Amino acid sequence: MSEKFDIFDILVGKPNDIDYGKKPVLIQGMTGNFGSVHTRLMREYGTNIVAGVTPKKGGQSFEGIPVFDSVKDASKNFDVKISGIFVPAPFFLAAVKEAVDNGIKLLVAIPEHVPIRDAIEALECAQTNGAKIIGPNTPGVILPTIMKVGIMPSQPFQKGNTAVFSRSGTLMYEVSFHLSKAGIGQKIALGIGGDPINGTNLIEAFDLVSDIDEVKSVVVVGEIGGDAEESLVGYIEKTKFNKPVVAYVAGRSAPKEKRMGHAGAIIYGNYGSAESKISSFSRVNIPVAKRPAEIPSILQNLMK
Amino acid sequence: MFSEYNIDIPKSYLAKNQSELNQIVDKLEFPVVLKSQLTVGGRGKAGAILKCTKKEELAPKFTELLNKVVKGERPKIILIEEAVDIDKELYLSLFLNRGKRTYSLISSSQGGMDIESVENKVIQDVSINGLSQSVAENIAKNLGLNGVTATTFAELVTKLAKLVKEKEAELAEINPVAILKNGTCLALDSKIIIDDNSLFRHPELRKYIQISELQEQAEKSGFSFVELDGNIAIIGNGAGLVMSTLDIVNDAGGKSGAFLDFGGRATTETIYKAIEVISKLSKVKAILVNLFGGIVRTDLVAQAILDAYKDGMISVPIYARISGAKSEKSRQMLSNSNAKLYDTVEEAISSLVHYIGLSK
Repeated sequence: MSEKFDIFDILVGKPNDIDYGKKPVLIQGMTGNFGSVHTRLMREYGTNIVAGVTPKKGGQSFEGIPVFDSVKDASKNFDVKISGIFVPAPFFLAAVKEAVDNGIKLLVAIPEHVPIRDAIEALECAQTNGAKIIGPNTPGVILPTIMKVGIMPSQPFQKGNTAVFSRSGTLMYEVSFHLSKAGIGQKIALGIGGDPINGTNLIEAFDLVSDIDEVKSVVVVGEIGGDAEESLVGYIEKTKFNKPVVAYVAGRSAPKEKRMGHAGAIIYGNYGSAESKISSFSRVNIPVAKRPAEIPSILQNLMK
Repeated sequence: MFSEYNIDIPKSYLAKNQSELNQIVDKLEFPVVLKSQLTVGGRGKAGAILKCTKKEELAPKFTELLNKVVKGERPKIILIEEAVDIDKELYLSLFLNRGKRTYSLISSSQGGMDIESVENKVIQDVSINGLSQSVAENIAKNLGLNGVTATTFAELVTKLAKLVKEKEAELAEINPVAILKNGTCLALDSKIIIDDNSLFRHPELRKYIQISELQEQAEKSGFSFVELDGNIAIIGNGAGLVMSTLDIVNDAGGKSGAFLDFGGRATTETIYKAIEVISKLSKVKAILVNLFGGIVRTDLVAQAILDAYKDGMISVPIYARISGAKSEKSRQMLSNSNAKLYDTVEEAISSLVHYIGLSK
């Protein structure tokens, strides 16, 4: 990557921007059951949702937000770079193509059950156009007290200086809840997604905050399946990542060759096992919590 | 599936029971190899592949395999395959490389073993759109093959790549690939994992789905369900949270008997249905519910638990940690029942494991 992707610039902007902290957001699939509920919740939280896209529903509106037939139509009316994708999985690839073709730079992909081939193709398409995908199968991204694009509840999150990156949605909430309760707020919490293919993997998530001074520490919530945690450790070593990191890995007691709820959570042989991930973290002296509730005290010790 | 792609396999038959075996016994040319049909790997090492040199050995070995449980799985069907005249055995697989977001191919001149212990393996990236003849020929050459063997092996590689692309497989492994004395290639044993999420595009593959009745019922309700060896059933919202709960139960000395992630939103109906699935497992001695939601109304969950007891669906105790609204009301609702609410999952698990210990 030649130029670093600045997610904070895209989501919040610079203090001099006229729409600082109020960057316009588009929701693809806004009129669906799921899309409409969360559009309302995101808006309540402070997200500036300017338009929705649902084919054949152009001209309608949802709680005052105009709906367009296509991203192309929406982008004629609004200069929008962020899209939350709430369409059903079979329509995911088409939605991504449409978005990046019309200037969207950050796509938050909520749908679960996206076929792997579609995910790979969507990522190639985004990359070619200099866009970034978070997900699929992610709860989204939240900048506590500022805005969120996703389906996470807002209660567990508080403003602060740590970053939470999680392969599991509910564990992102659970871990942030424990951190907030201990007085450790979050600058950003981002769901990697439970699928085998992630638009923003753990390494790329770390890369998003490596140069951000306000992020003082990182909590990484991993789980069985694949080798994202092992690769992350390689990245941390290579780049001498200099913020304190606490890890947690779910699935220590999971059996082999059984898919544990997430499409990506499956162990083959030793590939994807919790032991492999935990020993990788331990090798570079990153503490691994045994339970989510332990994370705040481990982090507090590191920050001393 | 291999015949659709002209990938050769040895002459073989399937039999579910003794009478089906009797129907094919006269067609067989001995020696034959019996292979237990399982979804778990490592069956060779587990003794679930047996060779029969003569007809008299067939029936006892068949019965032995039918009754042999490997990693908790009992076969429903046995494959009987005629033995072939093998010159050498190779390894070949194509799989989704998650980190690289592409496919990788592994080949090795050492076949028939667990790939993790295979030496001399060559790993290379291949495009999702298939691979060219020249790449395939190169792979054959790197394995030290030549002449007609190299050509047939290269053909096998392209056929397998085509299958992976068209059927949207996450993994397609042939282990071993047998090179016969006459130079032809046979797939002796293989494993294909299809991307479940692409099945809506592949109605032709539905017939291969092997799941238990209970799992089917759970999936119809939109749940992820995995049966495990222990006696504590764990219900929660979110795969990571349920896995994490499993770990804490395990650390506390308990053994999980079921993993159930009902995903999405906790309503009275979803929780009731989740308990209904669990109620079919007679080995379950206690249920642990771990919900996190911020916006979960715990009284709706409490109502589902009360309904499940009232309808006589379950009698085992439920230990619940529900982080959400109206927990005081829920506590009162459950006060005369066999269920108890806790503030933290650690407290719930500690009480549960204590109870299981007493009930032994």
